[in-house]
Amino acid sequence: MNDYSLITLEILAVIVGLGALMVDLWIPASARRALGYGTAAALGCLLAFAAGSLSPQAGLGFHNTFVVDDLARYFKTFFLFGAFVVVLMTVDFAPKIGSGLSEFYALVCFALVGMLFAASANDLVMLFVSLELITVTFYVLNSFQRGRIASLEAGIKYLILGAVASGFMVFGIALVFGSANSTNFGVIASRQAELAHSTVFLTGLLLVLVGLGFKIAAFPFQAWAPDVYQGSPAPATAFLAVGSKAAGFVLLVRLVTQAVPQIAAEWNRLLVVMAAGTIAYGSLCALPQRNLKRLMGYSSIANAGYLLLGVVAMSTSGSTAVLYYLGGYFFTVLAAFTVICAIAEHVEGDDIANLAGLGQRSPFLAAALSIAFVSLAGIPPMVGFFGKVLLLRAVFEGAAAHPSFYLLIAVAVVGVVLSLYYYFGVIRSIYWGANPSSLAPISTSLGTKVALAACIGGIVFLGVAPSSLLKIADQAVQPKSATAAAQHAAAH
Amino acid sequence: MASLTPLILTPLFTALLVLLVPGNYRVVVRALAVVGSGLTAWLAVLAFFGFHPGQEGLQFESTVPWIHVGTLELAYHVGADGLNIGLLLVTGLVGFASVLASWNIERNPKLFYVLLLLVIAGALGAFASHDLLFFYFFNELALVPTFIMIGVWGRGEDKTYQAFRITLYLTLGALAALAGLIALHVATGAKTFDVLALKAALAANPLSPTSQIWIFALLLFGFGTLVGLFPFHSWAPGGYAAAPTATAMMHAGILKKAGLYAILRVALPLLPEGAATWLPVLAWLCVGNLLHCGFVALRQKDLNLLIGNSSLAHMGFAFLGIASLTVIGVTGTVIVMVAHALLAALSFALSGYLESQTGTVDMTRLGGLLKRMPVFGTMLVMAFMAGCGLPGFANFAGEATVLFGSWKSLPWVVLAAAWSGLILGGVYMLRALRAVLYGEERPELAKVEDTGWWRRLPLALLVGALLLFGVAPGILSTRIEPVAREIVKSATRPPATTAAEPVAALSH
Repeated sequence: MNDYSLITLEILAVIVGLGALMVDLWIPASARRALGYGTAAALGCLLAFAAGSLSPQAGLGFHNTFVVDDLARYFKTFFLFGAFVVVLMTVDFAPKIGSGLSEFYALVCFALVGMLFAASANDLVMLFVSLELITVTFYVLNSFQRGRIASLEAGIKYLILGAVASGFMVFGIALVFGSANSTNFGVIASRQAELAHSTVFLTGLLLVLVGLGFKIAAFPFQAWAPDVYQGSPAPATAFLAVGSKAAGFVLLVRLVTQAVPQIAAEWNRLLVVMAAGTIAYGSLCALPQRNLKRLMGYSSIANAGYLLLGVVAMSTSGSTAVLYYLGGYFFTVLAAFTVICAIAEHVEGDDIANLAGLGQRSPFLAAALSIAFVSLAGIPPMVGFFGKVLLLRAVFEGAAAHPSFYLLIAVAVVGVVLSLYYYFGVIRSIYWGANPSSLAPISTSLGTKVALAACIGGIVFLGVAPSSLLKIADQAVQPKSATAAAQHAAAH
Repeated sequence: MASLTPLILTPLFTALLVLLVPGNYRVVVRALAVVGSGLTAWLAVLAFFGFHPGQEGLQFESTVPWIHVGTLELAYHVGADGLNIGLLLVTGLVGFASVLASWNIERNPKLFYVLLLLVIAGALGAFASHDLLFFYFFNELALVPTFIMIGVWGRGEDKTYQAFRITLYLTLGALAALAGLIALHVATGAKTFDVLALKAALAANPLSPTSQIWIFALLLFGFGTLVGLFPFHSWAPGGYAAAPTATAMMHAGILKKAGLYAILRVALPLLPEGAATWLPVLAWLCVGNLLHCGFVALRQKDLNLLIGNSSLAHMGFAFLGIASLTVIGVTGTVIVMVAHALLAALSFALSGYLESQTGTVDMTRLGGLLKRMPVFGTMLVMAFMAGCGLPGFANFAGEATVLFGSWKSLPWVVLAAAWSGLILGGVYMLRALRAVLYGEERPELAKVEDTGWWRRLPLALLVGALLLFGVAPGILSTRIEPVAREIVKSATRPPATTAAEPVAALSH
């Protein structure tokens, strides 16, 4: 059952990480920049490899704990893209990190491996191990600026809350195993009807959801996000915002649609409350924020809420919407953080007011950051608009059967209106903020230009021509892959 | 012209071209923008006069599939009928005029023209689209440019506040409407957002009255907010006063009409039960526009706020025609939309020019300008006379038609409308003319100059169009009437024979 060809990507990503560590021993300190570009190039090759004809074959392996299907491939591509851009933006951010740069690149690669495994997890144990690989790596990444108190604080907070969430999750997995005699998604799916009456199983499932809720920063497990986003080094925050959140969502989607669809459908009220609470909390708390990274933290909470809309809908169109929205979210958030990293040397502090004058200092970076925020606000022609339309449509489709969905839609609409206030506040600072501290032009490095071109291209292209990605997303969530996996598992 | 696509793409491509020009080549940037928007206006004129009034169905139609995934089929579907052909024409004209009126933009003209051209393209696309998602898509294209234009090039101390207010109000309205549109799409079970497909699906499978009423409420609130329907109107006057001239022209003139257009295109024909419930409410709300905004306009000392409030009062006429649900009333509404687009743009262009010369639009600090600025003064007199409904201008044709169409069903509202339009309008417009043009000459205004040839062109264009449609409103009404008949027919279908009779009687 050990088909190592299934995990080629994961093995190669580990090799890239180890390679970054090893190469660092032989190159002079002055070539650190080249090391970053080399790592990015290696990840870029992996990305081309994964997206190209050499993408991993579909199949189950490692005692059915690991699955490669369209859903896994979809997320693996985005995780690789995320790591690629994060490494590129780190090159410009490097002076702020100081020593240990090669370790930073290696840790990004290891977190990537955790995400790649998460995309393929078909078993609660695999789910737990991959999440721990991600979380433990981020404990280090978040506190990487050892000389900065805020960074250390972010690391500690993430460590403590993350450990509590892991505790909940592992306890939940134990309860599930105790009642279902298995941790495999396929086996659980085939025995759902009887398990739905087992209090122990339901309690266990609830605790697993708590753990996942922590990963995606959903209400009421969101408290860590703003502090950690604000304190962590910007590239780590970026990877946390896209990679870690997407990993949480792929696991949630797989668990909810493939392992326990019937039970989750009965829990829709719980999910409605969770989604509405997440949107409301994120949007309301973001209103008074003056710190750009903290704002991104609250925005990330609000966006987790929008993504939950698609999970709440419990339908193919809902899952498609989640995948599409997450795809767009990758481009958008990475674009924003790439700009944040590119201006880190020239703009003192993360205060939004400090962006004043950016419109004159670098029209390119100003436009890129504005486009990212316009997309986050869900305004056409950016990708965020179509994502929100798909999510709302999915909820409306379920609303006839569940009247509480109407309330959820109302909350979501109000949340979007509020979001305009805080996102446009950033645009306002960029173009007509008061008292710019400096008007010296900001030059952009080649790496930043490549990363931003890819991200902005993605935001605009997917906004104007959503069809291509939407088809892949739709393919990825078709139930056939799930039933095939379940049958395959049941046969054993 | 075979399709409306070139009309939408011309400003878009011009924007891209301008983007490629280095920012310090100001002359090239301006020239490109003027040529691009001029070409757009010319294409709009060609489309308008190439339109065959008697012909059934859409003209200049083209369809490009956009998304075909799962249960979703969307297509870029543009085409002209009597409802939008006039609006496309004035969008082209006002767009050109607004580019010409932006001659005094000194700070970063490149970004300004790119944003302005995006607004023009968005407005054209919105009016041309028959797929509702595309309509929304194009309409929202203007949102971010408006925000940035008010913020960077805007006027007054509170421009940031006004920029946020207009953006948040318009987004709230737009999202409510979007929720309504998605609800409509899901409720019909159709795979598309295409108006014609939705109509066909609804004809086969009518919605329950309850859902119709809810969806109509969302659309009316949402699109009504975009138009400035009382009591969701407070964003408009302040926003226009803070906006740079070109933005105010495009917004008050063109973008505001998108909400009315959507009500006529979607809400009325697709949701007859909703219309039956909500149109009486709309009739009373439009009294708010007519009287409340009229009285507020009466109190203004700032010329821009006066124009803004008067423009809201004129929207009352448009809503009244819709509320009457008669062929004559709806035809009148569309004429009012076209005429007011020209008038609002003309008024803001004039006040913008006035401000550039005198440095103020505070009417208490102006006076006696007619002697120094005879051409400007004449234009202002014509604009304000058109504003209080002087025959000979297109506004009279539209407003009179609305009043005729609504008299039978809504006599009290018509009374309010006539009072607001003729008496209140007359009072504040004439008082404004007296304050600005007549009276003693002020020494501090000795340096003002009259409009040059280049600045007269946009004004002359707009006045000319107002006069043309005023003298020969038949050019518009023959195009509009068949569509208006169609809209009224589908909007009054369910109560069947009883409600349809007065309509038939009036339209003959």
